Amino acid sequence: MLITSIGQGLLWAPLAIGVFITFRILDIPDLTTEGSFPLGAAVTVSAMVSGQSALVASLLGFLAGCIAGWVTGVLDTKLRMPSLLAGILTMTGLYSINMHVMGKSNVPLLDQKVLTSYLPAGWSLDLQTIIVGAVITGIVMVALIWLFKTRLGLSLMATGNNSAMSAANGIYTDRMVIIGYMVSNGCIALSGALIAQSNGYADIGMGIGTIVIGLASVLVGEIFLRGRQMWVRLTAMVVGAIIYRFLLTIAMGLGFPVDDLKILSAGILVVVICLPLLRNKYQTKQQLKRYLKQIGVDSNATTNSSLKRQAPSEGLLSRDSK
Amino acid sequence: MIGNNGAGKSTLLNTIAGTLPADAGELTLAGHKITRKPIAYRSRWLSRVFQDPKMGTAGELSVAENLTLAAQHTGSMSLKRYRHHGQTAAYQELLRPLNMGLENRLTTQVKYLSGGQRQALSLLMATLSQPELLLLDEHTAALDPQTSQKVMDLTQTIVEQNHLTTMMITHKMSDALKYGNRLVMVQDGQIKLDVRDEEKQNLRQEELLSLFSE
Repeated sequence: MLITSIGQGLLWAPLAIGVFITFRILDIPDLTTEGSFPLGAAVTVSAMVSGQSALVASLLGFLAGCIAGWVTGVLDTKLRMPSLLAGILTMTGLYSINMHVMGKSNVPLLDQKVLTSYLPAGWSLDLQTIIVGAVITGIVMVALIWLFKTRLGLSLMATGNNSAMSAANGIYTDRMVIIGYMVSNGCIALSGALIAQSNGYADIGMGIGTIVIGLASVLVGEIFLRGRQMWVRLTAMVVGAIIYRFLLTIAMGLGFPVDDLKILSAGILVVVICLPLLRNKYQTKQQLKRYLKQIGVDSNATTNSSLKRQAPSEGLLSRDSK
Repeated sequence: MIGNNGAGKSTLLNTIAGTLPADAGELTLAGHKITRKPIAYRSRWLSRVFQDPKMGTAGELSVAENLTLAAQHTGSMSLKRYRHHGQTAAYQELLRPLNMGLENRLTTQVKYLSGGQRQALSLLMATLSQPELLLLDEHTAALDPQTSQKVMDLTQTIVEQNHLTTMMITHKMSDALKYGNRLVMVQDGQIKLDVRDEEKQNLRQEELLSLFSE
């Protein structure tokens, strides 16, 4: 069960990384995800059905995602639309495009070679999936780690953090936002391409809920691995994607029907959003307690007046009598 | 540059910097026509320090990364690595004169610095690219009196050392009289007073105040 989760998680990891780029680096919640994920799947499967190799088809899927990202980026920056609306528009438009690419709502792969078929047939499917997922996710990670060491990467981070300051320092922020959208949606479409090959089909509905999956993976990953360096942050995304798959597998093992997985995904997202908040609150409280102990003040007395501070034992009683 | 609230000081500054479009007229900076150019393009020749210390620096990035961004206002899309050998030592050398201990905190995220430290860093960053024009938008207004004085002294030193043409907006009459060699007073979108050099030095605070109340 764990092994299967690792394999599936690695295929979903580019989605988490893509969402991370818009959500964390550019500080934009990008809903294009819901359209670019099935776009990657549709383009890849259609290309494979019409005779392209799995590798070329996957690459085409990635490029299609980049184009989708470019559209959202232009709507957001050049046409000055709120980023949420820009994402929604592209996502909605992509539904029709995905239908046109596939020709019908579900296209199965027949006997085409998928990426895992290039590995020795003797290996188990889980091992094949893990290797393909690890190699592709590894390539994406290395490319991004390199990108964020360049001046372009620094400009991207600066734009997401403080766009007024970035512009004042000679960064064309619109371009940066568009590039960010493109890289992000390229990764997301690549994940769609991998999942379609793993499932053996592309489906028009496979994008539903992907933004929730992506965000949940990002947040789960950040709960388990925290750091400022890019390789730590990207590894956290991979870990997040795997753990998220594992959680879903457990839920399915407990007997939840497939239809209930979406509400479960939403539930997981709510929990992982709240968890860091609660942890921060708890840590602050602990820190305050430790600090007060250090300087020799009773923690119950701090909110009361100086008179009560002299007699901390009465502090509790006096609060009761109020 | 001084003037009442709403007189048009910030509007003028923002028009020069490019955050506001010009309705009419032309802007020429060091021989370059910049009237319809984007902010990033103008930044090749001008720098700006904002009033809010948070505005002038990227809080999530480290002190060193902020300096890297400011060092060159071109090539922001370059695919070359942004870290170089000897960079740390060079940055420490730059930060030491600020006397704020920043030279030991190159890897600290800027959001953990105090307002005064952030503003001093903004000022240093704005002058790193040796701009033809430096815009200061009430850059000490958000600081406590002591820090404000420190940043003002620092401004004077840096501007004089680098011979920077500087345009500063202030609400402090004393600063307006003390610093710079030209004083412009704006009212209702018009220049009401424009004095330079000796004439400015002979100007007294009472005269200036009386002009305000008119």
